[in-house]
Amino acid sequence: MLSMIRTIWYVFLHMFHRRVTVQYPDEQPYLAPRYRGRIILSRDPDGGERCVACYLCAAACPVDCIALQATEDSTGRRYPEFFRINFSRCIFCGFCEEACPTYAIQLTPDFEMSEYQRPNLVYEKEDLLISGPGKYPGYNFWRVSGVQIGGKDKGEAENEGRPVDLHSLLP
Amino acid sequence: MTSPYPIVTMIVILAAALTLAAGLIWVERRLLALWQDRYGPNRVGPFGLLQVLADMIKIFFKEDWIPPFADKAVFIVAPAVILVTVLMSFAVVPFAPGIIISDLNVGLLFVLGMSSLGVYSVVLAGWASENKYALLGGVRAAAQMMSYEVFMGLALMGVVLLAGSFNLTSIVTAQRHVWFVVPQFIGFVLFLIAGVAETRRLPFDLPEAESELIAGFHSEYSGMKFGMFFVGEYLGVILISCLITILFFGGWLGPVLPPIVWFLIKMMFFICFFILLRAALPRPRFDQLMSWGWKVMLPLALANLLVTGAVALVWSS
Ligand code: SF4
Ligand code: SF4
Repeated sequence: MLSMIRTIWYVFLHMFHRRVTVQYPDEQPYLAPRYRGRIILSRDPDGGERCVACYLCAAACPVDCIALQATEDSTGRRYPEFFRINFSRCIFCGFCEEACPTYAIQLTPDFEMSEYQRPNLVYEKEDLLISGPGKYPGYNFWRVSGVQIGGKDKGEAENEGRPVDLHSLLP
Repeated sequence: MTSPYPIVTMIVILAAALTLAAGLIWVERRLLALWQDRYGPNRVGPFGLLQVLADMIKIFFKEDWIPPFADKAVFIVAPAVILVTVLMSFAVVPFAPGIIISDLNVGLLFVLGMSSLGVYSVVLAGWASENKYALLGGVRAAAQMMSYEVFMGLALMGVVLLAGSFNLTSIVTAQRHVWFVVPQFIGFVLFLIAGVAETRRLPFDLPEAESELIAGFHSEYSGMKFGMFFVGEYLGVILISCLITILFFGGWLGPVLPPIVWFLIKMMFFICFFILLRAALPRPRFDQLMSWGWKVMLPLALANLLVTGAVALVWSS
């Protein structure tokens, strides 16, 4: 009985406490830089698409909401022909970002993506691609990988030695 | 001392009671929010006041569905019963000298009788819904009302003894010197608890206990029929607050301010207290509720009545 009266008193005292509600549209909440919101595809510092269409994100996605099709340009550089994320399914777990070997796919601190129609939540590559490098400014996958593409021969990547001439390995 | 224009008084009280009941929805949500460190509805209109209007419009446009398996006639009558009985009780409530519809000399008994009739609404609603949760809610309501009505009446008899009348106006005037809450403190506490149980408010909302019975007796109700139960509940809260004010806190008596203002201040205080109870207390188990009622409240009410009677007897002789 006494504890009940005490409870009533304590609840009454909450009248003078600060309210914790964030009045959202008027007052923006603080979102940490690593907040997992709307997904983007980033670009290399030199402006090329980072995504190499390896399908790792699509494989990692627990709800299968990423669809893409790989293709190659004339110089052998892989890129996605289309890249589609269905945000009505996405659970913003961030697994795709963790799986990506090239830092192409990234989650951003933005969640204001409501739509009146469900199909509008399917984002195509044009909607996802941004013009900058996102969270990893200096990184360029093609500059550090050993793959040969147009404009970069074998052995020309950063920290990479010239390929060994097999014919010089004679006994 | 009825008013010279009974029809006008009637319409004014009816309109005021219904408006207040609707307004209480907003008051309750805001106050609950305040005590839970939130804001509550504050978007529609100034301070969110128009939220009530929006809710009303919404509820009027909801589909008014009667389940095919329900007992149709009873299903429709049940929500009306609660509203009618509570509104009838307002007929004998003296808000201020002259502002009363009918100054019955058994006013208190009339109110108690009407609130007992109100139980039928809940029980019938539970029965007519043909739904096991609704039925459980109805049965609970019947048991709860039955046991709490008993000492609700008994708790009030002390007041009647002291005032020497069942007439609510004379009860108020009998408190000219000292409010009955002082000599009848136990009676006041008992009546407060019984009042909460009577209006089926949290923490005694077992008939509709959402976490166990979906929505209890009104699980099957929708649209304005559901709204009627709600308005009935809020009217009940207002009525019990009025009664507490009249019976224990000297009704409209008070210095300086006009009588009606005093009445409203006291009434609002108790309405807020009801909401505070809702914010603070958890719901008891049903067997706890029953044993609390029969084993603690009833003996206390009887003892209170006995002592009051003895004192009154000694005093008068
Ligand atoms: S955040 Fe999770 S659910 Fe969304 S696309 Fe990436 S892996 Fe799939
Ligand atoms: S976004 Fe990353 S993980 Fe997904 S296909 Fe492109 S490179 Fe691979």
